[in-house]
Amino acid sequence: MTYQLKKILLGEQGLVVIFVVAFALVSLLVPNFLTDRNMLGLLQSVVTVGIVACTMMFCLAARDFDLSVGSIVAFAGMVAVMASNYTGSILLGLLAAIACGAFVGFINGVVIAKFRINALITTLATMQIVRGLALIASDGRAVGINSPDFYQLALSKFLGIPTPVWVLVVLFGIFGFVLNRTVFGKNTLAIGGNPEASRLAGVNVDRTRIWIFALQGVVCGIAGILLASRITSGQPNAAVGLELSVISACVLGGVSLAGGRATMSGVIVGVLIMGIAENAMNLLNIPAFYQYIVRGVILLLAVLLDNLRSSALGRR
Amino acid sequence: MSFLDFSHITKTYPGVKALSDVSFGVDKGAVHGLMGENGAGKSTLIKILSGDQHADIGEIRIDGKVQAYASTGDAFDNGVIVIHQELQLVPELTVAENLSLGRFPANAGVIARGKMLEDVGAKLKSAGIDIDISRKVKTLSIGERQMVEIAKAIMLDARVIALDEPTSSLSSRESEILFALIDRLRGEGKVIIYVSHRLDEVFRLCDSLTVLRDGKLAAHHTSLKDVTRDQVVAEMVGREISDIWGFRPRKAGDVRLKVEALSGTKLKTPASFEARAGEIVGFFGLIGAGRSELMRLVFGADPRSSGVISVDGKVVHATDPHDAIRAGIVLCSEDRKHDGIIQGRSIEENINISSRRHHARFGILNRASEIAAAETFIKKLKVRTPSRKQDIINLSGGNQQKVILGRWLSEQGVRVLIVDEPTRGIDVGAKSEIYELLYQLAGDGMAIVVVSSELPEVMGICDRILVMCGGRISAELTREKFAEKAILAAALPDTKTPDAIAS
Repeated sequence: MTYQLKKILLGEQGLVVIFVVAFALVSLLVPNFLTDRNMLGLLQSVVTVGIVACTMMFCLAARDFDLSVGSIVAFAGMVAVMASNYTGSILLGLLAAIACGAFVGFINGVVIAKFRINALITTLATMQIVRGLALIASDGRAVGINSPDFYQLALSKFLGIPTPVWVLVVLFGIFGFVLNRTVFGKNTLAIGGNPEASRLAGVNVDRTRIWIFALQGVVCGIAGILLASRITSGQPNAAVGLELSVISACVLGGVSLAGGRATMSGVIVGVLIMGIAENAMNLLNIPAFYQYIVRGVILLLAVLLDNLRSSALGRR
Repeated sequence: MSFLDFSHITKTYPGVKALSDVSFGVDKGAVHGLMGENGAGKSTLIKILSGDQHADIGEIRIDGKVQAYASTGDAFDNGVIVIHQELQLVPELTVAENLSLGRFPANAGVIARGKMLEDVGAKLKSAGIDIDISRKVKTLSIGERQMVEIAKAIMLDARVIALDEPTSSLSSRESEILFALIDRLRGEGKVIIYVSHRLDEVFRLCDSLTVLRDGKLAAHHTSLKDVTRDQVVAEMVGREISDIWGFRPRKAGDVRLKVEALSGTKLKTPASFEARAGEIVGFFGLIGAGRSELMRLVFGADPRSSGVISVDGKVVHATDPHDAIRAGIVLCSEDRKHDGIIQGRSIEENINISSRRHHARFGILNRASEIAAAETFIKKLKVRTPSRKQDIINLSGGNQQKVILGRWLSEQGVRVLIVDEPTRGIDVGAKSEIYELLYQLAGDGMAIVVVSSELPEVMGICDRILVMCGGRISAELTREKFAEKAILAAALPDTKTPDAIAS
């Protein structure tokens, strides 16, 4: 009996099982959880973390790390609002935001891959530089959105589901495909498994890593636009601490910090578990201060589970 | 009943019966050889002895008492010590500290340095081990580190010491010191289990021998007096191997690879050589003679500072392995674990990593074609695995090597195949399969370069041998002129004596 339980929990689909059980429990025990309204709210609340987790997964899978995502999201949001206010064209504003995100990501990638600076240090630096840029651009204040059409990005719905949630779903699909079915995705996993062997096998390791960070920047740009639209302004202090939530969600989803192991389904489940926990705590009126503790405990448990699983695999 | 008794040991892993009903005994004061091909069950048996794994059925008895260890620490406390290929020392600590680790003599938590040095020094002296115990382990040579590992066993008054491939990275002089130490331990009545691939070592050191094959006891010799090497090889592989090299003469074609005045930061003297289509060229030399460094330059793995490389007359501008691969040059590195396999990924991915672009359109992979390629090479190279999805880390050394060869063969248009120590840590059966494959590829027109530290191997399979010494090519011999003495003489720097040669 316990053996069977162990097998299920530590198996390939262990996380999904835990997710389903947790979801069922929360649905039963927390009033107002399983309602249309709350479900939509839950999904909307995980949009930013979920979108950024798509590419953070690649970063971690290649044994890298990106701490600058929160700053890029805030910066891209500022750029989107200010550029569309300035030019009067929302489209130009969005393109500018994505271009800025891509640029920062590209710089991260080049410094890390070509100059061989540790990813943790590099992105710790860009995290602060980019946050500084966002603050300077607006003189530390929030910048309001001129055109009401910009709000529509977050408010509009398709088939009753808000646009940002669709964007999230589409990105999950795209990056799941990229990870498993493209040369880029497989090379990413190989680099994480053994960077030197990958290089000697002919994988262009530097180029792949630069691409990973540039993509991360693009995706942060998208997340920044949607966030700005939802909070109806460009906030230089938005998304502080986002990097930790995103990395937590990825680790929760079974992405190995040692590289070489990642699945999109795992990351989706990781993002949702974090979202459900937060949502349930809000519904139960648990004060925000306690929520930090719960989140930390969930993360620790996830890592312990992961550890058990890899030692179970290693015993084979 | 013997002092150390393995009785009906059986161990099953998911899908594999690693050991089935293995029983044998070893007497006190004996060195007992344990041989077998990779995957024959030697490591599993050693792991069970060390308490790292548990037998499903059967038991181990020492001095008549059944041993049941919960962990390796337990085995330690019972005087059973296993010395693994990868040494377990802390590089930043001194020899004395390493030897006292876990049992520091201390007063209120403060290490009694004087007492520690005294204790360790006295123990090592009585065992005849001559190492400066105040040196940090990271400053020691591999051979000296091995000594420290054995010293650890002596410190613990071990009754049973198992050595797993102890000489795989030792020079022959270091090996001699090790053998002398083993002889001494035998005299003190210890039981030594000696796991090795090297027949000459086993015959020289061991009093008795057990051969495992496919997890079963293939032979047990209580004395090696009337046993021949051929007999042991036959027991290991389960069939007679008359000529392990199986050399097949081929006709050499035009020059495929031409290397002119190539040098880099780790290879100062410019080196030049060529290899023809259908030819197998051997590179022999001592460890550190510059062979691997030269090959890494040819492959673009290290930046070159001068020189021209051409393949079939076309100059190759390789600054990175992936340029070299596109020009048709591939390299199987000497360090499989670090530079070869991608741990944690499947056999399929390990085969397809280089050739993946051939299975993709606009970067999107064609799964069916990838799977087909992997299955083809698994079959062609006889990789022993339950499935292509198996993590490569679970394969034996020989099978990992085959997967890496498969990686290069799946790359279309390879013209120059460089293999660095292709059979290191690989058993006899897989060895001859790999040689066979090299002959086949050469026959198909590839130029093959084999780097090896095993003289019989280069002499056995190559058409031509280049000898390197101190970073330069010191001699070149064609097959008719192969002579052990001449090759060794060219490999040795003037100042060194022949016993410095790595066997």
